Amino acid sequence: MGIKETIEGSFHIIGGDFSRAGEASTEIKTLLQSLGISKEIVRRAAIATFEAEMNIIIYTPAGILRYEITPERIRIIAEDMGPGIEDIELAMQEGYSTAPEWVRELGWGSGMGLPNMKKNSDEFRIDSVVGEGTTVEMIIYLDKSENKN
Amino acid sequence: MTLQELKEKLSLNILTEGGQLDRQVTGGYVSDLLSDVMANAKEGDVWITLQTHLNIVAVASLKGISGIIIVNGRRPDDETLRKASEEGIPILGTDETAFEISGRIYKILNDA
Repeated sequence: MGIKETIEGSFHIIGGDFSRAGEASTEIKTLLQSLGISKEIVRRAAIATFEAEMNIIIYTPAGILRYEITPERIRIIAEDMGPGIEDIELAMQEGYSTAPEWVRELGWGSGMGLPNMKKNSDEFRIDSVVGEGTTVEMIIYLDKSENKN
Repeated sequence: MTLQELKEKLSLNILTEGGQLDRQVTGGYVSDLLSDVMANAKEGDVWITLQTHLNIVAVASLKGISGIIIVNGRRPDDETLRKASEEGIPILGTDETAFEISGRIYKILNDA
């Protein structure tokens, strides 16, 4: 199955619901695989999407994860309802995290989420307003890898 | 090397039901940080960790991990085991430390 027109969808993610963590990313990954997108692109998209999904679960009351797939690119937008990030530059530094102790004990909150998202995207944008929320936009181009599975 | 062969060589306990032990193990990754595993583990790796909560299943599934080995005799909660069985991710247990079991797996995979 190839991509002929834009395929889009969205997931509502509830903050604090660790029991459903990964559901949205898994669905997106399965969809990308079914479209015959190369393994390497699927791998990068899965990492970026999963980290975005986890950030909504760990840090916010709720958010929406949207995807849009065209023959040229995958676009993922994660939009949440707060609390917003005070210092984005600091938040983008690998190892920096504001996660509470109990979240760290689960192996989350190691300060790798945002850097992982950036690393695995071709384009990465983040906007945040304290008290309102954060929006992350990630674009991954499809023509970078020629090895189809 | 299949997970079944590794299980026999290391006397690992299989904790999940109906696991796919015929999966090929091509390498290993040791970490208790889930984003680190997301970033750096490879498809086909066996994942050695002391984390036992539900999210290890999602990480393993997304990364194409061949199986999870829980160290130090820890036991995952029933919810984790149920989810892992559902997703077909085998979870195995050992009383050894991450250092000991990793060393043995490293040797076995390199000698194979």
